Amino acid sequence: MTGQTIVLAADVPFPPSVEDFYLPAIVGGHDSYWFTKITALLWISVAAIIIFFLVSYRKPKLVPTKKQWIAESIYGFVRNNIAVDMLGKRGINFAPYLTTLFVFILLMNFWAIVPVAQISPNSHIAFPAILAVISYVMFIYIGMRHHGGLKYFKHALIPPAPWFILPLLIPIEFFSTFLVRPFSLAVRLFANMFAGHMLLLVFTLGGFAMLNSNLWFAPFSLVSWAMTIALTFLEFLVVCLQAYVFTVLTASYLQGALADEH
Amino acid sequence: MDVLAAVEGSTAAIGYGLAAIGPGIGVGLVFSAYIQSTARQPESSRLTLPYVWIGFAVIEALALLGIAFGFIWAGNI
Repeated sequence: MTGQTIVLAADVPFPPSVEDFYLPAIVGGHDSYWFTKITALLWISVAAIIIFFLVSYRKPKLVPTKKQWIAESIYGFVRNNIAVDMLGKRGINFAPYLTTLFVFILLMNFWAIVPVAQISPNSHIAFPAILAVISYVMFIYIGMRHHGGLKYFKHALIPPAPWFILPLLIPIEFFSTFLVRPFSLAVRLFANMFAGHMLLLVFTLGGFAMLNSNLWFAPFSLVSWAMTIALTFLEFLVVCLQAYVFTVLTASYLQGALADEH
Repeated sequence: MDVLAAVEGSTAAIGYGLAAIGPGIGVGLVFSAYIQSTARQPESSRLTLPYVWIGFAVIEALALLGIAFGFIWAGNI
């Protein structure tokens, strides 16, 4: 963007741009981007999840300890409220994957509001894209295993409808099931995290921009920073909701692949 | 003639504002339907909740596509 009307301080660029998502390298020279904050947060998330679940299930007791109780209620929530609710009895087979997915996305998103970190790795589309590809391959594979190769595509593409409407319906079904699903799954998570980070940046940097502009604007920078705090709570809501939505949608795609009727 | 007022910046902001109208109405409809159905039949609230979030997510995706494409095709005036 060009031509800002507000006079800016040299060190606080006001309209935040896409460039702000490309963080400087932590290790190595200026041109090596193999290890940035994003990479570090990813490794920390993966390590934290693995260690937490290993430790809390090391010696399972009948009367659970506090750690075991937390791990069991997370797993129980995904198993009962998502997997079994959507997939019925077969849902229990998918509960481990759905729980892993839920916890991983939740933790990765949660970095967006942790002080110091304050950027979610999911605000780079690479991570949501890979997660969406896994869900996509999985529901097609499960569908083909359940119905048998070609019968699955027949089941997925040909709805029970009069024959003359089928030439219209089959392309629509193909488009929505096999093209839009992985794309929207990835873009939804990515854009939520991206927009959330951008929003926080606008209000934080906007506060500095007003502080530096002139005397009359300066007090309003406090309003801007108060908004940042309020939006951080909103972000917390979005973080939890998007992890839930991604998991529920994956479960619902599996439900569609496993459905027996028509 | 002298220029009295001028607008500078990205047209993508206007485009996104327009693009957010539809999803805004849609998300409102989803939750209004959920509140109505829960008011009429309180026992059904747990049953319909997953579908509320699926519907919400599908509609919200349109608004989020608007954000993503706004950055991809940002035009300047």
